[in-house]
Amino acid sequence: MKQFLSIMLLAVVLLAVSCGQSKELILGGVGPVTGEAATFGDSTKKGFLLAVEEWNAKGGVLGKTIKTSFADDKGDPAEGATVYTKLIQQDKVVAIIGTVMSKVTLAGAPIAQAAKIPMISPTSTNEKVTLVGDYIFRACFIDPFQGTVGAKFAFEDLKAKKAAAIFDLGNDYTKGLSESFKKAFEALGGTVVAFEGHPSGATDFKAQLTKILEGKPEVLYISDYYNDVALIAKQARELGYKGPLLGGDGWDSPDLVKLGGEAVENGFFTNHYAPDATTPEVLTFVKNYKAKNNATPDALAALAYDATYLMLTAIKNAKSTDGAKIRDALAAIDLVCVSGRVKFDANRNPIKSAAIIEIKGGKQVYRTTVNP
Amino acid sequence: MRNLRFPRLLAYAVAFYAVLQLLAVTGVFNGYIMHIVNQSLIYVILVVSLNLINGISGQFSLGHMGFAAVGAYVSGTLTTIIWKLAPDNPAAIVLFIAAVIVGGAAAALVGVLIGFPSLRLKGDYLAIVTLGFGEIIRTMLNNIDYVGGPRGLLGIPKFSNFTVIFIAAFLTIVVVRNLVQSSHGRAMLSIRENELAAELVGVNSTKYKVLAFAIGAFFAGIAGALLAHLIQIAHPTQYGFMGSVLVLIMVYAGGVGSITGSVIAAFGLTFLSEGLRIVIDSLAAATGLPIGGEWRMVVYALLLIFIMLFRTEGLMGNKELKIMVIEERKA
Amino acid sequence: MMGSIFNVQQVINGLQTGSIYALIALGYTMVYGIVRLINFAHGDFFMIGAYASYGSFFLFNSLLGAKGGTLAFIVLIFSVLAGGAVAAVTNRFAYRPLRYKPKLSSLITAIGVSMFIEYFFSAFPPIGPSYKAFPEILPKMQIAIGSATISNYTLIDIGVAAVLMIGLTVLVKWTPLGKAMRAVSQDKDAAKLMGIDVERVISWTFIIGGAFAGVAGLLNGMTYPRIFPYMGIQPGLKAFIAAVLGGIGNIPGAVIGAYIMGLAETFASAYNSLLGEGIAFAILILVLLVRPRGILGEKTADKI
Repeated sequence: MKQFLSIMLLAVVLLAVSCGQSKELILGGVGPVTGEAATFGDSTKKGFLLAVEEWNAKGGVLGKTIKTSFADDKGDPAEGATVYTKLIQQDKVVAIIGTVMSKVTLAGAPIAQAAKIPMISPTSTNEKVTLVGDYIFRACFIDPFQGTVGAKFAFEDLKAKKAAAIFDLGNDYTKGLSESFKKAFEALGGTVVAFEGHPSGATDFKAQLTKILEGKPEVLYISDYYNDVALIAKQARELGYKGPLLGGDGWDSPDLVKLGGEAVENGFFTNHYAPDATTPEVLTFVKNYKAKNNATPDALAALAYDATYLMLTAIKNAKSTDGAKIRDALAAIDLVCVSGRVKFDANRNPIKSAAIIEIKGGKQVYRTTVNP
Repeated sequence: MRNLRFPRLLAYAVAFYAVLQLLAVTGVFNGYIMHIVNQSLIYVILVVSLNLINGISGQFSLGHMGFAAVGAYVSGTLTTIIWKLAPDNPAAIVLFIAAVIVGGAAAALVGVLIGFPSLRLKGDYLAIVTLGFGEIIRTMLNNIDYVGGPRGLLGIPKFSNFTVIFIAAFLTIVVVRNLVQSSHGRAMLSIRENELAAELVGVNSTKYKVLAFAIGAFFAGIAGALLAHLIQIAHPTQYGFMGSVLVLIMVYAGGVGSITGSVIAAFGLTFLSEGLRIVIDSLAAATGLPIGGEWRMVVYALLLIFIMLFRTEGLMGNKELKIMVIEERKA
Repeated sequence: MMGSIFNVQQVINGLQTGSIYALIALGYTMVYGIVRLINFAHGDFFMIGAYASYGSFFLFNSLLGAKGGTLAFIVLIFSVLAGGAVAAVTNRFAYRPLRYKPKLSSLITAIGVSMFIEYFFSAFPPIGPSYKAFPEILPKMQIAIGSATISNYTLIDIGVAAVLMIGLTVLVKWTPLGKAMRAVSQDKDAAKLMGIDVERVISWTFIIGGAFAGVAGLLNGMTYPRIFPYMGIQPGLKAFIAAVLGGIGNIPGAVIGAYIMGLAETFASAYNSLLGEGIAFAILILVLLVRPRGILGEKTADKI
C-alpha cells in the first residue's frame, strides 16, 4: 500500500513539475511498442530515432539540437488520444511522427489538428486520416493505390485471369488492400474466384486456403503483414499451390524470407523502394540502420525514417517552429527520400511510384516500377 | 416540507469539480492532465458499474467492454451517420445527450440478454460465457460495414468534455450507491453471499441478477458513448477481452463491493499507467539505460501483482468512505 | 458450396487446429481441476516453452553440433523443463500466498502474471517483440490421402495429444500422486488431515501443467514456425474455452472439446469467413446454456 501510494505520489509530482521549458526543439514520435503490434512500433521507433540522430550529427535543425519524445500507444485508439495530448500539451513538441495504425492515428489526428501541430503518419493507409485536416500528412500509399498496382501487375505481367485474395478480417489495412485489388482486377477483366478473410492472430489458414484452391486461382493475393504472409505461403504450398503469390508493402521485412523460406519464392509485392536500389539515400539508410540496430530495416522503419526527414526538412525550409509555417513548407516539399521522390498532393498524400519486388533465391529483387 | 439537507456526496462532488475546473482554467493542470482526468472518470463509470455486477451481486462477468461497445456504436451511429451532428448545431448538445442515453439503453437491453444465462451458470462458467458474449459483440462489429468494420466508426463529433463526463460519473456513483443501500441492494448482496439462503428468505434471485446486469450494462454503455465522443473514434479492438480485463482489475484492486474503492482504483491505476511513462523516461534520462515505453507495462503488471499479494482484498476491502454512506435522517 | 466444406482436407485441417488446442487445454484443465484456478498465464507458459525450444535448438545445434533425433529429444527436454520451472516459480511466488484467500484474487494475480510475462519478453532486448522463425527440428513431409494431404507434423500433434491425454488420465487415476491430487481437489483441509502435503501436490500439479504447456509450445512452434511474445494469448483463450466446453477439470473432456472447437472453426471458416471468427464463442454459449457443466463435466454440488 505504502509502496503504491508513494509511486502514485511520485507520478503526480513528476506530472506537475516536468512542464519545464527547454531550449532544444522537441520532436514527438508515436508507435505501438507494446502489445501485439509491438514489432511494428519497434521498427518505427528505430527508423525515427535514426533519422533524428543523423540530423543531430549534422548540427540539428535551425541551429537547435533535436530532442525526441517517443510514446507508446499500445495499438489502442484511446491510448493514442492520450499520448498525442501528452506530446502536445506536456512535452510541447513542435511536430509529431506517428502513428502506425490508422485507427490510432485517427484518434490522434484531431488533437494535432486542433493544436495546429503538423504530423506525418508513416504507415496509416486509411484515406480518412489526412482528411482530418490540413496539418495531417502521411508518408505511405493509400489503400486503393497498391491494390490497383498489384492487380495491374497480376493481369498484365503475370498473365493471370483468375485470382484469389486472403486477408485479415480485423485489420483495415489488409482488408482495404484486398478489396481494392479485387475491384481493380475485376475492372481489368479478370475473375476473383475466392475472397476469404481470416481472424486476426490466426496461425492456421488451411480452412480458407483449401476453399480458395478449389477455385484454381492463377495468382494468390495475400494482403497481410510479412509474419502472416510467411505462414499463409507455407500452408498454401503444403496444400499444393504452386502459382505466384502477390502482396503489398506489408511484406517488406527481412524476416519474410527467414519465416517463409522456400514457400515465399515466386512471390511479388508492391513496395515504396527496392532494397537493392543504389540511390545514396537507400544505401546510407540501410548502412546506418544496420550499424545502429544490428538488423536490416523493414518498410515500417524506412517510412518512419522518411517521415522524420520530411518533417525536419520542412522545419528547415520554414525557418521556424511555428505549426502553420511547417505545414506550408510540408505542403510545398519536394524531397528525395529512401522511398523515392516525395511530393504531397492536395489531400496531403505522397505522390510516388511503386516498385514491384520479387522474392528470388531468398532475396528481394527489383522487378519493375509502376507509375500511378 | 421534508427534512431536506444538502447531501454530503453532492457537496464533495461539487467541491471536487470546482477545484479541478479551477486548476484547468488557470492552466495548473494542462490539457494532458485533464485528458487523464476525463479518462479516469470514464473508468469510474465502467468500474462502478462492473462492481455492481461482480462485486455487489456476485455474478462474475468478463464481458463488460462488450456493453461499452454497444453504447459507443449506437450513440456514435446516431450522432455521426443518422443525425450528422455538427458542434455548431444549436440542438446538438440535447441530441448528443439523447444519443448517449439511447446508447446506454441499447447496452442495457443486451445486458438483459446476457443476464439470462447467469440464471443457469455460476462462477467460472458464467465468466467464460460473458467473455464469449463480449467477443461475439466485438466480432459482429468487426464485420458490419455500415459502422466501418475493421476501420472503426470514424468522424464521431467531439462532444464529451470534463463537465459532461463528470456529471455522468457522479450520477453513476449516486445511482449505484443508492441502489446498494436500498432493500434491492441488500437483496443483491444476499445473493452474492448465499444464493440458496437468499431464495429461502424470499429474495427473487432471477429478478435481481437480471436487474444487476441491466443497470451495470446501461452505465457501461454510457461510458462507451462518452469515450467514443471524446476520442472521436470507436473501434472493435478497443472493446475486446483485454479491455474488460483492465476494468475487472480495477474492481479488484479497489476492493470488491466498495464503490469508494472502485473510484480510487479507476483514478489510481489510470494515473499510474500514465505516470509510469514519465517515471520511465526520467529514469532512462537519468541513468542512460536504453529503456523506453516498452518497460512501462512490465512495471504496471508487477505493481498489480504486488497489490494483489500484499493487499489481497483490494485497497478498500469492502469498506466505504463515509461520504459514500447515505446519512441517517434525524427526526 | 456445401460440398467443399465437409471434405477430407477440411477434416484434416480441423484435426490439426484441434490438436494444438488439445495440447494446451490438457494442462489448463488439470490445473483447474485440482486447484480451481483459471491460470491465465498458461498461454504464456506455452509461449515460454516455444522460446525455450527455440533457444536450445540453436544452442545445441550450432554450438554443440547435435542433430536429428538427439537434438529433437534435447529440445523436448528443454521445453518441458522451461514450462515446468516457470509454472513452479509462478505458483510459489504468485499463487501460493493467496491460496486461502478468495479465489478471484488469485485470478487477478494470474492476469497480472500473464501480462508481466508477455510484456517482459517483449521488452527484454535479447528476445524482443519481433517474430522469430522457428527451426525445422524434424524434416517436414506431406502425405497424400486421395486428393487431400496431411503433414507428418499433424500426425505427431494428434499422436502426442492422445499420448498425453492417456498419460495424464493414468497419472490422475492410478498413481499415489494422482490420488493425492484428487483428494486435494475435493477438499484441501480434509486432505491435509489425511497427511497429504497439499502444497507439494499443488506444486506438482503446476509443474506437470507447465510441462504440458511447454510441449504444446514446442509442437506449435514446429507446426506453425513463427514465434513471438504474444503468441500465447489467442491459443490460450481458445484452449480454455475448449476445456470449459469439454467440462473443465475433465481430462478427456478437454481433448474432445478441443477437437470440436478445431473442427467447428474450420468448417465455419470454410463456409463463410465471417462465421469462422465467432463460431467458437457461439458454440460455447450454446453448449453451456443447454448443459452448463460442459460435455463430460461432472455434476457437482453448488460451490459458492
